[in-house]
Amino acid sequence: MGRFVARRLLVAIPTLLAISFVMYAILALAPIDPLAGFAADPRVPPEVRENIRRSLGLDEAWPYRYVKWLLAAVQGNFGISFVSRSSVSDLLWQRLPTTLAVVGVAYIVGVIIALPAGILSAARRNTVTDHVISLSAYIGFSVPTFFTGVLLIIIFSIKLHWLTFLYDSRVTVHDLDSLVVQIKQSIMPIAVLGLFDAAILTRYIRASMLENLPLDYVRTAHAKGLAERLVVLRHVLRNSLIPVVTLVALGVPAVFGGAIVTEQIFHVPGIGALLITSIGNGDTPVVTAVVLIFAVLVVGFNLIADVLYAVLDPRVKYT
Amino acid sequence: MAPAARGAGGDLKILYWQAPTILNPHQAGGTKDNDASRLMIEPMAAYGPDGKPIAVLAAEIPTVANGGVSKDLTTVTWKLKPGLKWSDGSAFSSADVVFSWTYRCDKDSATTTFSKCADVASVKASDPNTAVVTYTAPNANFYLWGVGSTEGILQQTQFKDCVGTKAKDCPANLKPIGTGPYKLVEFKPGDVTTYDINPNYRDANKPYFKTVTLKGGGDAESAARAVCQTGDIDYGWNLNVPLSVLQPMLSAADSKCQFPISYNALERVTLNFANPDAALGAKRSEPDTKHPYLSDIHVRRALAMASNRAQIAEKQYGKPGGEAYCNVAVFPRSKNTDSLDVCKYDLAAAEKELQDNGWVKGTDGIRAKGNVKLVISYITTTSAIRQNNQQILKADWEKIGFKVNISNSIADTFFTNTAPDGYAKFFADLQEFASSQDPDATDFMDSNYTCANVTGQANNWNNGNTGRYCNPDYDAVIKSLKAETDQAKRDALVIQANDILVKDVAVISLVNRTAPTANGFAKTLKGVKQSPFESSLYDIADWSK
Repeated sequence: MGRFVARRLLVAIPTLLAISFVMYAILALAPIDPLAGFAADPRVPPEVRENIRRSLGLDEAWPYRYVKWLLAAVQGNFGISFVSRSSVSDLLWQRLPTTLAVVGVAYIVGVIIALPAGILSAARRNTVTDHVISLSAYIGFSVPTFFTGVLLIIIFSIKLHWLTFLYDSRVTVHDLDSLVVQIKQSIMPIAVLGLFDAAILTRYIRASMLENLPLDYVRTAHAKGLAERLVVLRHVLRNSLIPVVTLVALGVPAVFGGAIVTEQIFHVPGIGALLITSIGNGDTPVVTAVVLIFAVLVVGFNLIADVLYAVLDPRVKYT
Repeated sequence: MAPAARGAGGDLKILYWQAPTILNPHQAGGTKDNDASRLMIEPMAAYGPDGKPIAVLAAEIPTVANGGVSKDLTTVTWKLKPGLKWSDGSAFSSADVVFSWTYRCDKDSATTTFSKCADVASVKASDPNTAVVTYTAPNANFYLWGVGSTEGILQQTQFKDCVGTKAKDCPANLKPIGTGPYKLVEFKPGDVTTYDINPNYRDANKPYFKTVTLKGGGDAESAARAVCQTGDIDYGWNLNVPLSVLQPMLSAADSKCQFPISYNALERVTLNFANPDAALGAKRSEPDTKHPYLSDIHVRRALAMASNRAQIAEKQYGKPGGEAYCNVAVFPRSKNTDSLDVCKYDLAAAEKELQDNGWVKGTDGIRAKGNVKLVISYITTTSAIRQNNQQILKADWEKIGFKVNISNSIADTFFTNTAPDGYAKFFADLQEFASSQDPDATDFMDSNYTCANVTGQANNWNNGNTGRYCNPDYDAVIKSLKAETDQAKRDALVIQANDILVKDVAVISLVNRTAPTANGFAKTLKGVKQSPFESSLYDIADWSK
């Protein structure tokens, strides 16, 4: 196992290098310009824009910039944002709590809903319960979040005036009142994202359970006279969860990447919103940092998922 | 009305769907940053709704009559209001004014407000309360330096170590100390900015609101909902949403918003006078090529006469968005063009113009002369409103025998000098975008339409004249305008230059849009006087409920 992990970590290095190079090249060659916003502004004539571009180091050849950036990034220095002129790391740290409070919580909510729903759906296969759950899951992942998000806003903010769709990142939970405020401002984005995650996971859990239910060991358990409940929860569920646990682990990096569309709709200042505005502003230091961190997390959680797989399933052995 | 008590109002809630990312106006990446800094950082004077300066830090506006401006129009003497203080309690003096000039005009500081530095020879402090600006040459536009949202004065103590290459990542850029009605409490770039009243603000009765929360992010449509429908927000910036979405919000019985109107952003279709044919290779759209049919005045006139400005203004922008407009210069406004045929929508006249001048319909319904066919490529930025404008114009132009192929590219790509579908390279026949003008139109009229400013490979597509329009008669008028110092004569020259462009159809103006931006305000908000030349927040100290 130790050798397997070490080997995978070594393979990760060229993978990440390749990802960083491709990403940097695409951004460098794309016609995005941090000063594009000034293009139609006569107060910022071209020579002034050129001068600013020079001060940001954009006049250097991009392969050279890439090497410089990579050497700094390896040491954890992602440079200075072109638009806010502050450290990219600071910007990311500022966004992280909000991202976890919304996207992270939504993911947990999704898992918590999906587990019982998937189990119930499989255990009561082809009953009304199963049909209702399956249909809901089907609708859940077919309807895009930008639709459900706006729908919730129209119902709960505009018609009923119950909830706000303007997320305030300054709210800190320290007592009951602030907890209520936090719940009121985050319940809509969490519901939109959580239900979407739940819908997808429910279908996986159900499918995984259904694969195990007809197997011999289940029949043996039934033959021993165990109660249906015990058979499902103790025998089938444990085995069915093996692929699901890896799936949940693989979904974790997405939490840190934020939720671009949902964050935009509910004005949540998360990492997704930062990424999309930075792309729009041509703020490449921020974009490269977010993408690189995301790549590291994906590679890392892939490894974790593989390791978990071996831990949970004794039949799997890595050498 | 009795003056409202300072700080009597609670929290003023502002929503910018583009979030501010930096608070130094000289490093601003756009209006959003400039506006967010304006609550703290102030200029000597502001441009009022009529384009006339209003004293801010200055005790009075210098003029030739009061001796503040020298008779030769080279030096301007600014007297400061006595007893001014920074929000940290330290005294404001002319040394700060001089420092701000040094900071901003150091090339290595790479400020976005650098362009005016070429015209200013020096800014000197003759005493702690007086700053003297000397222009390099007699300058009829003597408020160039010191007036408007680009002219903020920074505190020397705070920024003295931020000049030159150190300006780039100076921490003070994110927490500037100013003289304005508010001081910074917290700034989260790209998210939220909170302000508290400046205890040292010069006017004892202002501002009315104790605190200001400027939330950033989201999109224009939801910002409009927050102002007009839920009332969560008191002021929403640039609610540039399709009229079909905005109008129901405005006309609803329980609508909570109002739109103060001021116009100064010319939405226009630029015509390519060079040849964008891809077959030309590197010569594509170069100034020394000639457009196969747009070089024909009759074709240009036909396009102008077949452009339904009124319909576009009414259906697409409405009153909160803009007015139909045929001129090029916004200030002063020419009246001569009202009666021109190229400013009137008349399909029959447009068709006749083509027919009479040898452009005849082929079997495919497209007019041609010899082997030149009237097939137009027309590009703009990706935006619901602009793409609808394209549809409206395309429908009319195709009625009179053009074939119009429309396309769009996202604004970030369009407004570059590198992208082939960008406005600078202009590898199309027509393109549509908008920009605003100063109270003095000289710069706009010069950089956009004179021969010297034609863009192309030679200047790395950095010049402003993207249409590659070149007309010696027009250049002569602009040359006189730049030399003229008498205001009445200057206005006449701007109008003369404007009329040449309109008659020659150098460009097809469509709509004079709301400026600075289509901002929505809560109906309960009082005292808002938007100026088309200023930051939307320039008069925030006067706002009350």
